[in-house]
Formats: sequence, structure tokens, C-alpha cells
Amino acid sequence: MSQPLDTDTLETAAENPVVGIDQSRGDFKYDVNYEFDAGTGLNENTVRYISSVKKEAPWILDFRLKALKTFLDKPMPTHWATKDLENIHFDKIRYYLSSGQKPKRTWDEVPDDIKKTFERLGIPEQERKFLAGVEAQFDSEAAYSNIKDLVAKQGVIFANSTEALREHPEIFRKFFGKVIPTGDNKFSALNSAVFSGGSFIYVPPGVKVAQPLQAYFRINAENFGQFERTLIIADEGSEVVYMEGCTAPKFSTSTLHSAVVELVALKGAKIQYITVQNWANNVFNLVTKRGVAHEEAEIKWIDCNIGSRLTMKYPGVVLKGRKARGEVLSIALANDGQHQDTGAKMIHAADETTSNIIAKSISVGQGRSTYRGVVHIPKHLKGCKNNTECDALLINANSRTDTYPAISVRGDRHAVQHEASVSKVSADQIFYMQSRGLTEGQAMSLSVNGFINDLARQFPMEYSVELKRLIDLEMEGSVG
Amino acid sequence: MSLLEIKNLHVAIGEKEIVKGLSLAIRSGEVHAIMGPNGTGKSTLSKAIAGHPDYTITSGDVLLDGKSILALEADERARAGLFLAFQYPSEIPGVSIANFLRAAQQARMAEGEELDASAYYKRLYSKMDLLKIDRKFTSRSVNDGFSGGEKKRCEILQMAMLEPKFALMDETDSGLDIDALRIVADGVNTMRGPNLGVLLITHYQRLLDYIIPDHVHVMYDGRLVKSGDKSLALELEAKGYDWVKKELAIV
Ligand SMILES: Nc1ncnc2c1ncn2[C@@H]1O[C@H](COP(=O)(O)OP(=O)(O)O)[C@@H](O)[C@H]1O
Ligand SMILES: [Mg+2]
Repeated sequence: MSQPLDTDTLETAAENPVVGIDQSRGDFKYDVNYEFDAGTGLNENTVRYISSVKKEAPWILDFRLKALKTFLDKPMPTHWATKDLENIHFDKIRYYLSSGQKPKRTWDEVPDDIKKTFERLGIPEQERKFLAGVEAQFDSEAAYSNIKDLVAKQGVIFANSTEALREHPEIFRKFFGKVIPTGDNKFSALNSAVFSGGSFIYVPPGVKVAQPLQAYFRINAENFGQFERTLIIADEGSEVVYMEGCTAPKFSTSTLHSAVVELVALKGAKIQYITVQNWANNVFNLVTKRGVAHEEAEIKWIDCNIGSRLTMKYPGVVLKGRKARGEVLSIALANDGQHQDTGAKMIHAADETTSNIIAKSISVGQGRSTYRGVVHIPKHLKGCKNNTECDALLINANSRTDTYPAISVRGDRHAVQHEASVSKVSADQIFYMQSRGLTEGQAMSLSVNGFINDLARQFPMEYSVELKRLIDLEMEGSVG
Repeated sequence: MSLLEIKNLHVAIGEKEIVKGLSLAIRSGEVHAIMGPNGTGKSTLSKAIAGHPDYTITSGDVLLDGKSILALEADERARAGLFLAFQYPSEIPGVSIANFLRAAQQARMAEGEELDASAYYKRLYSKMDLLKIDRKFTSRSVNDGFSGGEKKRCEILQMAMLEPKFALMDETDSGLDIDALRIVADGVNTMRGPNLGVLLITHYQRLLDYIIPDHVHVMYDGRLVKSGDKSLALELEAKGYDWVKKELAIV
């Protein structure tokens, strides 16, 4: 039996999320030795190698090395999470591959079912090759620099993490690793040691970025990397929407993905972060996502998880300033052999803060979904509100779903609402739809689409269309 | 011109036989009514014909235009032209009636063919006008939180849109007040015509005042025990089901 998440570390983050600015600035250059092979396994040399390839400042190397130590010291969180984590073989993983080292594969070697899926999902020709691992780098540079140039006119910095830490340390260093401290959990420590790729964004005060910023357009090698690191800072009164991923299954040779995403919304700013991910079903997807919302700021996570062997992801918002708002809307689909362990954390740290969590999970066949939530409202605050809704849909008798909502609300000056439901797609419901001419698979996907409809409507158009197609495919495949 | 034939049909749920040898032929243009007391197997009959997987056909056959449909899945039977208006329609939360019917129409098209959305809505609205259904109705989730009358109206709208060759209407009158009953009956009457055969299943004669059947059959204990014209319904109404029971005892 699992237990609710430990809120201790979150407490620390809530009290002290963005202080501890390191004044030492790096101007030292490492010699890059491209011949250096990081190989498999993780030790100090691996970390030094990654840092040198990226020409990082000494403070970053130092940060990484400390993180490595934290990672090695920390036990697996199996006291509350699944024992399946013990099946990750850290010594067999490659932690960094420069482009030249990426495994080569030809289009002919890509399994037919993967090819078919790309086709059915309508993934453009060039992107298919990248997703299938035939091409190491999807050629989206042109589109990326267009967006970059466009927003640069408004003073927005939109760069990859390596570039940003090198060129704008004065902005990013202040917040880097502050929302999610290295030691937050074992996997945030791992990411802090070996991170590579991901986006860094800074939006100046009052700037409202008109179009959503996408992870280097739709897909990009580095954003699909194993250990990407993203940091978004929305300065006072600014607004930005960021999207990552796509619904196509990522055909990957690596089995561990562990990202860290930090968001900082300063006074009155708004950040919306949208993720749609569909991992191959051998992948451990262990991601830490958290934002700090200052006074009257708003952070909204829209998170959609499909595929993977095990996903553990609980996007959170630390509501640090008065009247800050946090929201998590999530959809998780667990098919046979998959475990979606997802949820949300809302840490209220100021008066009149509000949070909203809507989590929908779908378990198909042997698929397993777990919802884990933390809502923390301490006693000294007043006028806080939380609404939590978790709905689970089960398709076929073997599916399993668990809910662990930990709502710790102290004091009586708050409004908290919690609803949970478990429903099944019944045989009668399927028969009803079949009697109208829909196949069993079509009937199931219609039920699932109906179940997530109110959330999917809030997704950007192209994502909700893709999501619907993907669900059609998943349901078709699940019919015997 | 189509023909639906039910030949000496036996239906079991689990080990229990419910329909015990029932034969009936319905031609396009005809309206047949089956009347019978509760628990006699009327719904079982209609679901078995529609292809519910829980209902086992132990012997006998169902033929559509001379071809057995028993090997077909429920959706294949529907696409072949059968329609079941349910006594207890299922709810499909989050799926609007408009989208549901659109998916049902799309399922009837050849692979790669795309339903013309504007033509579809035009047709949907004209059917709704015909059945005097409010435009707002189809943006609601299928049967989700519907009153009894709304559920039945939703069934009739689906039937109008899908234009089946044969409609099996299972107690479409149950739970309706007189106004709702009239609306539903009007709907069926407007759809009546040479291309539609109807099997009207009902417990009460009341519905048959509004939808005049060509043939009336009395079902009892899994069999049709009496057949006649619409006067049989009146006789049954006057004498009650005990009358049938007594007659059977005599035989
Ligand atoms: N799913 C079921 N499982 C077991 N018995 C059933 C089921 N459905 C119906 N029955 C039984 O079959 C008999 C006929 O039911 P039904 O066909 O619903 O009759 P009617 O529609 O004429 O009222 C009843 O005895 C009922 O209890
Ligand atoms: Mg019945």
C-alpha cells in the first residue's frame, strides 16, 4: 500500500523558494574534449564530461557535482512509491550522448506498427524520422529561430538551457534550482547532475507573448532528451504559454527520462505550461515540475500523460504571494503494462490564494492509474480556496485505480472542496453505442473522449485533435 | 422492400431460457406490436435480435432479407439496417447527441470517406424540426441526466437520423406522460412509410391509440401466444392478461 507524499520538502520550498543567490560568476572556460566518452553508468567523470562539452561555468559544474552526491545519497522513494523503481539500472544508462554518438537506425528498421501509428496520427513526414530515431536532429531550427527572433523584439529570451546559462547567467542563475532544490527528490537530484537540453525563457515586465512558445517548434532532439531542464521566468505582469511534446509515441532506446521544470511567475504574471507526452512502454518517466506564483500571479499546468512503463509526475504550484492562483489539469491514460502515477501539489503560502486540481485518469486492460495529491494550507493563513476533482475511468475488469489525496488544511478560514469518482465503461454502454453502428473500439474511444471532453476543450486545438486521434488508436488496439 | 424474419428463436441468459421458440416475419411498411406482461421476455427478444453479447441464441434464426444476421456483431447488424430503441437507454457523459450521431453516421461511411459536416447539421436540424425538438437539445450529453421523456425523444431522433430498415422499439411509451407520448408517437408516425418496418413492444394498449399497428401479437412466457389485428389490443386491454393465461390453460 502506498502512502501520501511527504510534504516536508515542499514546506521548505514554500518558505524559501527563490533565495540563496550565488554571487560567484563563472568566466572560466573548459577545454572541450569531444573524444571523451561518457560511456554507461554515472560517476563524477560523467558529470565533468557533460559540463565540459557544454562549456559551462565552474559554478554549474559545482552545482552538478553536489547534485550527484545528493542523488547517490538519497534512497529510492519506494516507501511510498512503486517498487518497480528498483528495476531502473542506473549503471546501464547512458547519461549523455552528443549527436555523433546517437544510435543510428534506418527507416527500414523501424517497426511497422510504429510507422503505422505515425501515419494514423498524421505526423508530418520529416518529424516521423526524428521520432523513430532515424534522424538525431529534427530540422526545426528555422522555425525555432523565427519564433526566437519574433519574441526577441519584445525582449523575450528564449534559448536552450546550455545557451541561456552561458549567455544570461545574471537572469537565470537567480532562479535556477531554487523552485525545485536539487535535493527535492532523488530524480530532481539526478537531473541536476546530468541535465541537458530544455528551454529557458525570460519574459520582461508587462510583455504578453501572443503565440504559445513551443519546445523549439514542435519537437526537438534536446527537448526529447532524457534529462531536460526547463526554467521559465515571467516578470511582473507578463504572460506566456509554453507547450512541449506531441502525441506521437517517442520511439526511444533510452529507458529513463527525468526532467525538471521550474516556473516563476512574478507579481501579476501568468504562465501556462502544456505538456502532451506519449512514451514508449519501456520508459520510466520521472519528472519534477513546480512553479512559484507570486502576488496575484497565476500558474496553470496542463499535463497529459500517455504511454511509458511508469510515469511519476505531480506538477505543483507554490502560492507564495497574496491572491496567487494555481491550477493543474491532468489527463493520464494507462494501457496494458503501464502505470501512470500522477497528481498535483498545491502549497498555499499566502492569504487568499486559490488552487484548482482536475485530474482524470483512464485505465485500460491491465493498465494502472494512481492519483496522488497534496493540498497544504497552513493554519496562519486566511481566505484560501482549493477545489480538487479526481475522476477515474476503468475500461475492462482488470484495470486498477488508486487515489491518495492528502489534503492538509489547518484552521477554519478556508474553503476546500474535494470530489472523486470512479466510473466504468459498462458492457451495456458499449452495446448501446454498437447498436448505433459504432464498432467496439469506436464506442470505447467515444466514451473516453467524452470522459475527458471538458478538459480537452481547454487544450490548444491541435493538441486536442491529436489527442482524440491517439485515443482512437489506443482503444482500437485494446479491443480483443 | 425488406424482410425481417424471426424463426423459432430460443434465447437464454446464462443457463436460463427466456425466449422459448418465437417466430415472426415483418415486412417493410408494416407495424407489428408485441404486447405482454412484465418479465415475459420482450426486452430479451429485442436485445437478442440487436446482438447483445450476454444473450445466447440457443436455436432458431434471425434473417434480414433472407440472410442470417446471427454471426454479425451488434454494430454490423446496425449498419445492416437494424435499430433498437432501448427501454433503458445508456448515458454517455461528455458526448453530445450531435457528436454521437455524427460518429454513428461516419461509421456507416466507407474507409477514407469523410462526413460532410454542414450537410450533416442541415439534416440533423431538419429532423429535429420534424420531431419538434429544440435546437439546444443536441448539444447535451447523450441521455446524461435526461428525464424519461427526453431519453425516449433522444431515441426517436437517433432513429430518424439513422433511417433503419427495421426498428425494434422497446417500451418507447413507458414513463411518458400523455404529452410526451403524443410527441413520440407523432415522431414514429412521420417516419412510417414503405421503407420502414417497426416492431413495437409495449406493455399497454395506450400507445396503440396513437400508433395504429397492422398486426398485434401477444407474448407470454417467451412465446407469441395470440396474433390478430389492432382489435386484439383492445380486447386484451378490456380483459387483461389473465384472459390470455386462462385461454392458454384451456389449450
Ligand atoms: N441480464 C439478465 N440477467 C438475468 N436475467 C435476466 C436479465 N435480463 C432479464 N432477465 C430475466 O429475463 C426475464 C425476461 O426479462 P425481460 O426480457 O426484461 O422481460 P420484459 O421486457 O418482457 O419485461 C425476466 O425473468 C428477467 O428477470
Ligand atoms: Mg422490457
